[in-house]
Amino acid sequence: MTLLRLILIKKYEASVTTLDQLQPGQRAEIVRIDGFDAIASRLREMGFVPGQPIEFLRKAPLGDPLNCSVQGTRIAVRSGEARRVCIQTIG
Amino acid sequence: MASAIPPATSPDHSSKTYRVALIGNPNTGKSTLFNALAGMNVRTGNYPGVTIEKKIGRCRFGNHAVELVDLPGTYSLAPRSPDELVAVEVLTGGVANESPVDAIVCVVNATILQRNLFLVSQVLELGKPTILALNMVDAAGARGISIDVHELAKNLGIPVVATSASRRAGVEQLQEAIVKVLERGNAGTAAGNSASKRAHPVEAHDRPLPDGFYKTCEWLKSELIAKSCIDVGPTNDPTKASTVLPDEYLIQRMLLDRGGEAERRAVRRLGAAVLPSISAARERLNQEFGNSIDMECSSRYAWARRKLAGVLASESMTDRTLTDRIDSIITHRIGGLFIFVALMFLIFQFIYSWASIPMDAIDWMTSTISDTVKSSMAPGMLRSLITDGIIAGVGGVLIFVPQIALLFFFLGVLEDCGYMARAAFIVDRIMTVFGLSGKSFLPLMSSFACAVPGIMATRVIENRRDRIATIMVAPLMSCSARLPVYLLLIAAFFPPTRYLGGWLSLPGMVLMGMYAVGIVAAIPVAWILKKTLLRGEVAPFVLELPEYKLPSSRVIFQRVWEASEAFVIRAGTLIFAASILIWFAGYWPGDHSRQFEMQSQMESLPDDSAEYEAIAVDYKSESARLLESSLLGRIGHTIEPVVRPLGWDWKIGVGAIASFPAREVIIATLGTIYSLGGDVDESDEGLVGAMREARWADTGKPIYGPAVALSLMVFFALCAQCVSTLLVIKRETNSWIWPVISFTYMTVMAYVGALITFQIASRIL
Repeated sequence: MTLLRLILIKKYEASVTTLDQLQPGQRAEIVRIDGFDAIASRLREMGFVPGQPIEFLRKAPLGDPLNCSVQGTRIAVRSGEARRVCIQTIG
Repeated sequence: MASAIPPATSPDHSSKTYRVALIGNPNTGKSTLFNALAGMNVRTGNYPGVTIEKKIGRCRFGNHAVELVDLPGTYSLAPRSPDELVAVEVLTGGVANESPVDAIVCVVNATILQRNLFLVSQVLELGKPTILALNMVDAAGARGISIDVHELAKNLGIPVVATSASRRAGVEQLQEAIVKVLERGNAGTAAGNSASKRAHPVEAHDRPLPDGFYKTCEWLKSELIAKSCIDVGPTNDPTKASTVLPDEYLIQRMLLDRGGEAERRAVRRLGAAVLPSISAARERLNQEFGNSIDMECSSRYAWARRKLAGVLASESMTDRTLTDRIDSIITHRIGGLFIFVALMFLIFQFIYSWASIPMDAIDWMTSTISDTVKSSMAPGMLRSLITDGIIAGVGGVLIFVPQIALLFFFLGVLEDCGYMARAAFIVDRIMTVFGLSGKSFLPLMSSFACAVPGIMATRVIENRRDRIATIMVAPLMSCSARLPVYLLLIAAFFPPTRYLGGWLSLPGMVLMGMYAVGIVAAIPVAWILKKTLLRGEVAPFVLELPEYKLPSSRVIFQRVWEASEAFVIRAGTLIFAASILIWFAGYWPGDHSRQFEMQSQMESLPDDSAEYEAIAVDYKSESARLLESSLLGRIGHTIEPVVRPLGWDWKIGVGAIASFPAREVIIATLGTIYSLGGDVDESDEGLVGAMREARWADTGKPIYGPAVALSLMVFFALCAQCVSTLLVIKRETNSWIWPVISFTYMTVMAYVGALITFQIASRIL
């Protein structure tokens, strides 16, 4: 029983990563946003809420920030902020 | 019944001016809609003490006079700063000396309705009559999204009007809907039943947040009333508590936003005693829902999904939209950078070459007017004032209107089509190196037009340290007032040689070089500021990249018009007054009777006669003598030792000092000086010719040359010669320290920069 739970947790954790780890064109679902400061609130207000699908579109020419699609809009975030967006990859 | 109406608010309905506020997310076309509704009668100002722009349009909807208030675009009504709180208070009616709004128009982008409903859910909780303007419906249709407007109106319980502001579609219907809501509100007031009550469009059973939250709010409210009564003491009337007590919506924010502005305001107004009550209320909330921020966002988005059930039908569009395809080129790893550099380069080349035709026309007009005055008036003091002072001064500045219009045209196109946000996205990585962010790009780019709107545009930067750093370097971007100085000197001393089959011209490259001087100087300034006075953690960066669209000619025309108008008004007031002052200082003291006598003699003789030539030589030396002995000449000779190492003579020195209030004044000053000095006459090319002809009195060598031109341009590129900019820095930073620092560092840098430029350039060129 404990072993099964451990395996399940491991499996879950394996698929949970942060937004900055995605490859361009990859889709995922938002799990949570870390932190409760102003920037975390701003991300939430702009549609980064748990359960929402998110797609990493592409990086800026110089590697940062990242352009992602959330709730039908494109939002650019730096990889520092993207690290606070926990996601679960789809497929 | 009449007694139910408070006499101060609405004695007569027909004469009442209604206040209607427009609110919405950024990139919803709200400003375009505002302009379509308000027409041309718009004025802008500031709310006292904060930096929120106050944009008000007066118009008539049907029989009603309406004052339309445009609020800055926002994603949320959760005030984190005093500025954001003012935006909320305009809606709740908490701003001093301003009547509360009678209705709110909430503008949403139909292509991303769900995200926009987040703000709508907050607006509805303000309890004001609200109308939803469903903007950009045409764009939504093009993307395969169809919206059932009636179903949406039914679900939300408020009127919904589909509009397309850029095509002016639905604007009349929106006006009608506003009128209907205002009239209904009016009827309610007349009946005396809603004067004090909040009209809740959100039904109690479908408020966005859980019931437990609203119960906690009620509890906190009663706590606050109890606490504030204890605090203010027995002398205060307890019934006045409701006037001190914040609006219900602000009580909600007090509870939800930790360290938010609503909480800080409550502490300031009601005393620190309210803090334990707020903490206790939050504790209650946490026990029930876990974290309150998560609770708010999740609840509001869930509410939005409920409201959109059966409203939205979108054909599944799995393939890339047009915007994505354009983005893959414009933000391409290599192509994106190339396009960015090429665009900036082309803009400066175009500004230089396209404006020459209208500029020649203005030049012809001023010289015609000057000739007409000269032929209809005998030489004298008044004629000297008109031709040497006003026409030479103001006309010399007005000639640059076409170029300013072109600059604003390009900025307007880039911003309206959606490229500016991509530019911020592309350059963010570079900006972070010297301590700024991509969000500084638009303010800095706008500062190329004028630092005043540029500095005001820094309001989009949430982080105060980033914002101040941007404000401090914004005046280094070469604004349109510097453009005349560059253009004049480039035209005089850099021949229009062309390279690469005509694509590159020497004047165009020098111009770009002058723009580069400011940018290059800004890098160490920003870097040093971020390492010393503005030290701190790196601020976050979250930026929406809107859909690309065809720029609206109306929006761009309005921008170009406003900028040109402001420039002309400046020329007609500030530059006009400066011209007269400079003319006076250059005219007085001195006996001009001999000069005028020679002038009338010359005008009666043919230009090519030997007699004319003889008098002309005398006339020139007499004019020069008068100018040297004038007040201006004496001041100039006093400061000459300071400006000599820069390669300048006393006339340039006077010009530079006179232009500290506003840099365009140098053109007016030099125009007046050379005109008074008899150096400008009908036969040569005005100021440019006079400058080419100017010689040192001792050596007889030309004063101006490329080296002096460069030194003067570098000085103007770096110097803080603009009172308006310094005042706006004071206003935006709310402190005198920053304008003082700005003025000092820029003036020192300008002198040193000009010195180095001249010393090097005079040896190589």
